[in-house]
Parts: sequence; C-alpha cells; structure tokens
Amino acid sequence: MNGRPEQFSAQPNELLVERLRDGLGLTGTKVGCDTGQCGSCVVRLDGRSVKSCLVLTASAAGSEVATIEGVTTPGGELTGLQEALRQEHGTQCGFCTPGMVMALGELVDTTAGGEAPTEPEIREWLTGNLCRCTGYHSVVRGVQRACAAARAEEPAALAESGAVAASTAAGQEV
Amino acid sequence: MTAVTGDAPAVGGGVLGQPLDSREDPQLLRGEATYVADIDLPGTAHMAILGSPVAHAKILSIETKAAEQLPGVLKVATAADFTDVMPLPCIWIPGGVESHFPPHPYGLPGARPVLTGDTVRHVGDPIAVVVAETPRQATAALAAIAVEYEPLPVVTRADEALAEGAPQLHEAVPGNLNAYWTCGDKDRTDAAIAEAEVTVELDLVNQRTINSPIEPRGAVGDFNAATGEYTLYASTQGPHNHRFLLSALVLGIPFNKLRVIAPTVGGSFGTKGYLYPDMALVLLLSKALGRPVKWVDTRTGLMNSTVQGRDHRQHVTLAGTRDGRITAVRATSYANLGAYPSTIGPGVATALMGRSISGMYDIGAAFCEVYAAFTNTVSLGAQRGSGRAEAAFLMERLVDRYASEIGMDPAAVRRKNLVPKEKFPYDNGLGWTYDSGNYELNFDRAIELSGYADMPARKAEARTRGKRLGVGLATYVAICGVGPSTRMSQEGMLGGTWESANIRVHPTGEVTVTVGSASTGQSHGTVFAMVAADELGIDPDTIQVLEGDTQKAPYGQGTYGSRSYSMAAPAVALTARKIKSKLLKAGAVFLGVPEEKVVYEGGKVCEEGNPENAKTFAELAMSMWYGWGLPPEIEPALDETTHFDPPDFNYPFGTHVAVVEIDELTGETEVVAYTAVDDAGNIGNPKIVHGQIEGSIVHGLGQALMEAAEYDENGLLVSYDLNHYALPRAADVPFFALDKTVTPSPHNPLGAKGAGEIATVPPAAAVVNAVVDALSDLGVQHIDMPLTPEKVWRRLRGESQ
Ligand code: FES
Ligand code: FES
Repeated sequence: MNGRPEQFSAQPNELLVERLRDGLGLTGTKVGCDTGQCGSCVVRLDGRSVKSCLVLTASAAGSEVATIEGVTTPGGELTGLQEALRQEHGTQCGFCTPGMVMALGELVDTTAGGEAPTEPEIREWLTGNLCRCTGYHSVVRGVQRACAAARAEEPAALAESGAVAASTAAGQEV
Repeated sequence: MTAVTGDAPAVGGGVLGQPLDSREDPQLLRGEATYVADIDLPGTAHMAILGSPVAHAKILSIETKAAEQLPGVLKVATAADFTDVMPLPCIWIPGGVESHFPPHPYGLPGARPVLTGDTVRHVGDPIAVVVAETPRQATAALAAIAVEYEPLPVVTRADEALAEGAPQLHEAVPGNLNAYWTCGDKDRTDAAIAEAEVTVELDLVNQRTINSPIEPRGAVGDFNAATGEYTLYASTQGPHNHRFLLSALVLGIPFNKLRVIAPTVGGSFGTKGYLYPDMALVLLLSKALGRPVKWVDTRTGLMNSTVQGRDHRQHVTLAGTRDGRITAVRATSYANLGAYPSTIGPGVATALMGRSISGMYDIGAAFCEVYAAFTNTVSLGAQRGSGRAEAAFLMERLVDRYASEIGMDPAAVRRKNLVPKEKFPYDNGLGWTYDSGNYELNFDRAIELSGYADMPARKAEARTRGKRLGVGLATYVAICGVGPSTRMSQEGMLGGTWESANIRVHPTGEVTVTVGSASTGQSHGTVFAMVAADELGIDPDTIQVLEGDTQKAPYGQGTYGSRSYSMAAPAVALTARKIKSKLLKAGAVFLGVPEEKVVYEGGKVCEEGNPENAKTFAELAMSMWYGWGLPPEIEPALDETTHFDPPDFNYPFGTHVAVVEIDELTGETEVVAYTAVDDAGNIGNPKIVHGQIEGSIVHGLGQALMEAAEYDENGLLVSYDLNHYALPRAADVPFFALDKTVTPSPHNPLGAKGAGEIATVPPAAAVVNAVVDALSDLGVQHIDMPLTPEKVWRRLRGESQ
C-alpha cells in the first residue's frame, strides 16, 4: 500500500474503497457514485488505474496499491502532472481530482518516452472520470502541458496545437 | 485573444484582474482537502434514511421492532419521534402569492416535515432513519423496517396535475396549484400580438434535469451535552443561512447554540443551498444518542432527494414585423415544483424565469404567466443558471422560429432588436432594470469570432462527409448579485440577502479576511485575498481567507446565483477601504503631519510630497496593535466589518454560437465548435472565471444533448443513478473559443457582475437552434431536449415529434 506492507483480514464482500477510506483512513480516494461511473475512486493496482468501488479488497491481496496519498508527501512538492494541472487550474471543487490524477498518471506514465497523446486520446482516456465543474478543458490542457514538460519541450510549442488558443486566453483574458 | 472593452474598467492596477494560480488547487490535487464524508469524529454513529419506494401512498403502519434488534443498531426513528420539531420552511414565496400551507410557527410557510408520517408524495420521501455503529449496519437495517402503504394515484407532470380530476397532493392546496404568478403587461402584449404582421408560436418542454455535483450531500451532527451546543458539518453553500433556518425555524434552539461548518464542498450548482431533512436529523439524533451522528448520501439517494431543476412546459408566442422587428413576447408556463415547496424553489420557477424572458432584446410588450404546481416528483430547486436558462431557451427558440418565418438571417434579427447601449439603465418591462450593457459590441464579437459568415461553405463541405452542419445562436441576460434585500423581500424572499466581510490586520502585518460566503469550488481563498491585496497594496500571499464556519465568519447568505464576487468581494473591498481610511488617520498621527497631508500608496502611508516620511503597512499594523500615542478618537487595532447590500442586482450577458454536425446515418449530434463571448463586468481572476465558464457551457450542453430526469407513469425515477442519467464526459465536447467584453456594473464598487454560472444559460438554446438549423430543409421547426441520437434519427426519417 503506497510502498508499505499492510496486513489485515477483510470480509469477502468488502470493497477496496471501503478498506482505503474507512479501514486505513486514506480519505483522498472519493466515492461519488457507487456504480463505477464517476471515477472519483480511481486508484492504481499494480500500476493500472482501477475504480476501487468495483474491486473487492480480497481480490487485491498481494497487489501493489497506490492511492493519491502515495503520490506526494503531505504538503510536499507536486508531481509534474499535478503541477501542470495546477497551472491550468484543472481542479475546481476538487472532488473528482484525486481520481483524475490517478487515472491520468497512468496515461502520462504509459506514454512517457513515446508519442504524446493527442487531444482525442486524452479525452477518450478521461471518459471514465466525471467532472461537473471544469468541463474537462483545463484538465485536458493540463495533461498536454504535463506531457510536453515530460518531453522537455518548450511550452510555446503547445500554442500551435490549436487546443491552446483557449488556454492562452485563460492566462490573459477571460 | 484580446478583450473587447465596453467601458473603462473601474478597478485599479494591482493584482486584481491577473490570472493568479488558485491557492486552493495544490491541496485538492494532493487529495488532502476534507469533505464531509472524510470527517471522522470520535465515537461517530452512522445514519441511513429509508425513503419511500412508491410515489404516492398513505402510510398505514410502520413496524421498526425487527430493525431495532439487528446487530449494531442504536436507534430507529420515525415521524412519531419528532412531533415537536417544526417543519422545514419555504422562504421564497413568489411575490403576491399566498402560500396555502399551514403557517410555520414563526410566520413562515411550512414546507415539509423532517420525516413523513402520513402520506408519502414522491419516491425517496424520507419515512424513517436508522442509526447504527457502521454505515453498512445502518443501511442493512433499513430493509427490516416494514411499512404498509395504501397506494394513491400518481401525477408527475405540472400540466396534468392542474387538470380536472388529477390526484391531489396536499389537502391545503386545492387543485395542486401552489402559485399563479405573472409579470409584464398582459393587455399591451395581447394587443400587440393581435395586431402583429407576423406571429409565431412554439410548445416547449424544458425537461427536468439533475444537477449531480460529483460529491453527494452529507451531514455530521455533534451535540455537546456539557454546553448544550450543536455543531453541524454539512455540504452547504450557505452555512449562515442553514444555521438561521435550522436553529430558529426548525429545531427551536437558540441561534447561538448552533454552529454550522461547511468543510470543502464538492460542487453544488445550486443544490446544496437548500434545507434538507437530514441536516436536522443528524443533530436531533446526536442529542438523543449522545454521540456524533454522520450521514453520507449515495448517488441514488441524491437522485431521489436532492432538488432537481428546470421542468417547465410552455406555450410561447412572439410577434413582429415582416422586416424583423420584435414587438411582443408572451409565455404561459406550467412549472413542476415537485412534491413539496423546497427552500426557494417556488421563486426559481417564477420570478427568476419569468422576469428574464425578453433577454437582450428591446421589446415593446412582454408578459409571462406561470402556473406552479405540485406533482409526485422530487422537489424543484435551483440548478446552475436556474430560471435564466429556461427564459433564454424559450426566447432564443422563438427568435429562430421568427427568423425562419420571415426568411431573415437569425443573426440579423437578433442584431436589429438588441437593447441599444444608450438605453441603460434599461427597464425590461418584466420587473428587472438592467444595470449596464453594450450588447452590440458583445454580439458582433461573437459573430466575428465564430466565423459565422463562413457557415454556408462549411455546411456544403459537411454534406460531402455525410454530415449535416447546423449553426445556432443564443444570447442572454442573467440576473445576478442577489441581492438588494428590500427588493428581494418585494419578490417574496423571506430573509435578507446582503453579504458581509471582516478584515483583521494582525500585529505582524499579516491579514485575515473572513467572509460569510462559502466556496463550492470557486477558489474564494485566492480571489478574496486578491481583492484585499489590491485595495491595501500588499502581497496577497500575506492574506489568509476564512469562510464556511459560522463561528469564525461574519454573517452572510452564502454562495448562490453567481453572487460571491459581486456581493462578498465588494464587502471585502469596502472593508479594506475602512482599514485604509483608519490607517490614514493614524498614519498622520504617527508621521506627525496633518491628515490632509498624508496619502496611502503602495501599501504605505506617507507624507504628501515627501515619500521619505512614511510607514509601511506592517509598521502601521504593529503600531496599531500597541496603540501607543493614539488620540482618543482613534481606537487601537485594525478590525473592520462591512455588510454590503447593493442598490440593485447586476446583469451579466453574452452571446454564444454552437456549431453541430449531425450524422445522417446515426442521428448523432456532435458539437464541433463552440464560441462564447460573455460579459461579467470587471473580473477578479480571469483564470478562475475562465474555468467556470468552460464548466458552465458543458453543463448547458448536457441539458441539450443527454440529460433528463425521467419518471415513469408510477412516479418512479427511471434515471436513478449515473448508469441511467447521462452526464457529459470529456470526449463529448471540443475545446471552446472564448472571449469577453467588459461592461462594469454600477451597483458595486468593483464593477463586477455575476460570472460562475452565467455561461450555463445559453448553450441549450444555441445547440437546439443549431440542430433545428441543420434539419430545417426537412421542415423541422423544433425538437425537444435532450437531442438523443434516436430522436434526431427519427426526425431525419421524417417522423414527427
Ligand atoms: S465511486 Fe467508484 S466510480 Fe464512482
Ligand atoms: S472539480 Fe468539481 S467535480 Fe471536478
């Protein structure tokens, strides 16, 4: 669990999200829908992002679980993705945010070194995460920024993608 | 992209208006913010609510013994346990309308009991609660409560509820009619329509939608037997308001015995400003059990109990000349209030909608009538853009219908009828007086930015790909800045609507700003610090902002109707000015020069013409803390408060252009381009407002394309979770082209207008206009929302609505 061993016994019907929140006090993972639709509860299980409201705790035995608490230390430095999301104001109420960070972390990790994901690919990747505040634009821009930063490109290169006309406006105007 | 400036901005050149990063974001990105569900007080017990499974029935009996025996169960309670609790009140009874409900002990209309004991009126109507050691035990025990129902007939549509012989919901409300409400001039409007060269009519359904903040509601009650004090932690937009309503009006406990705390709140969009039974129940049960009691809703629970929005059935008429001059608009609307009047639902369905119907147009005659009816559905309340979105939808559909009738370009018709700049302040004849506007500038910018002139070529190109391209325009005026308290009282609001702020300067020069407003994701901490920093000429990073806790913050009415920046921020600015003027007085004493000879500049008080003789803000703060050498008329310390009640509302406006492509084979509608030019007056932090505008547009697109609260003939909510209620996802929207115009409001010292939800107002109209445009050669004049592929596919094949 976030790099530390945890030992406990779980009821067969216990959900992973219950164990995280109620059993281990890791409340960064949120519950928004109970039916696997919203993505607020996404954590990474052996590196893959999963909805922890759809995973039985028992079935995660022996796996590596990473939650938002494992991404940074309390009050500590943000990861590249988090920093990019901060710069694009990719979070408003913040309830969907930990799930987004966990899901998008996999996208950024899996594409690192390869082709940067396109805008449609980022949007497609995000279809498992609902956000009611941002309309997703700032999140998508945040991922683009994070991917660009990971490739050490100048952020200026982004301006040509067209996707960022609005982003520039975000910085300067409305 | 450059902003088009209507008038010179009224704010100074400091940090205000800069796209500063939100200081709230890092904590949210680390998952470290505390929402209600994350609160874990020692000894907490957990509450679950039994909601009615049927939409309308008499309760014959409730048997709770079996549930009480189950493991972990601490208490099962029904209405019989709360007979001395007052009903939850409704505080917005539309002007001139008598409430038919038995009066609340404090003279307010009682809207609903905390638990229903006799007759259930919608699925989810709360009947009983269980408190247990764990949430799972509480939920499990609900199944063991046996309730015997005698079914009653069901009605879920407002127009049907008003028909002869319809099922009756409340004995005190004959014919289910809560309010017949009107605004405008009926005779003039009828005459103008009778004499008109052209009239067009539409029947519209503005479907019921569910706001669906991603965080469901929750509440934790904590009664302290030693002090007799109650604390409520709740996902609320208005902690002070909830404190006021709950303490005095529901629980009957002294105001100063209840503290309400809004922790981080996960979105709201109107829904979390309402008073719900659970808020009272956790407090009552905490007292009964001597333990904190916590309740967290499920998604299905939210769908069946948190207020829903829109829901009007309308017959609307527009009259005009052959050459495109609009002469009258008339609307008859059947509004569905649901089963009970929610805290302010009746006002939303009437005044907020009706007085807004003429939008940006200068029309000689307008009239709106609303029949607000009770039905067996969840109570109606606010929903991002509430009332204004329904108004813009009807007007903007009508304008397109009219344009097509007279064979004129819809943009040209709109341009011709805009309220001209020199007519402000403008009385719209429906009860609102628009503060300021430069509509032509705004409209022209949107037309230009969207490439409107190129649309014919784009339509032809799309046809080669098997797509029908359509373009739709929508303009709007949104009433914001609720409010002027006296004006709201005339509107039927039973309460004040001012906002307040306190600024305390600490001896070390750091500052704490507290406001009565409460953020639900609007980065208040960042923005209010910017306002104070701008006024005081100090670094915003030295300013802390507190809100959301009634014990720490000055009174205020909360965040709703896009009012925080145009209501609470002016209160902050005015308070900072009080601090400044005190610093000038005291500074003169400390500098040893007469008061007329000192100026406040760049966070310093200095002698005019002699900037060397100065004291910095931090030095002054320390001197004021000591209070040495102050004359008797200057009190030591710096601690000021302002209660801001504006002279009138403010009226943001804008123009949106949607471009859609419809797949000829599947009927699927894709929004391929979207342009929005909004005017929210002077903006504090453009980065934050930009995000709110993007989110707002997607919310509006959701109503146009996919969202609908569907009830079946038995009153069962079919769209009861997110598998059955569609919300827009990232792949459903393109990037938008956004710009702004800036027309400051004269009604507050910042020149601000509401911003947070305004861009939710026009998208539904813009998209439906675009789809109708794309199908116009098939004779399609209107399609009801949501524009599902099936619905559009049928129209493509010539089937009627
Ligand atoms: S709570 Fe798991 S997907 Fe919504
Ligand atoms: S930021 Fe509020 S739901 Fe995404």
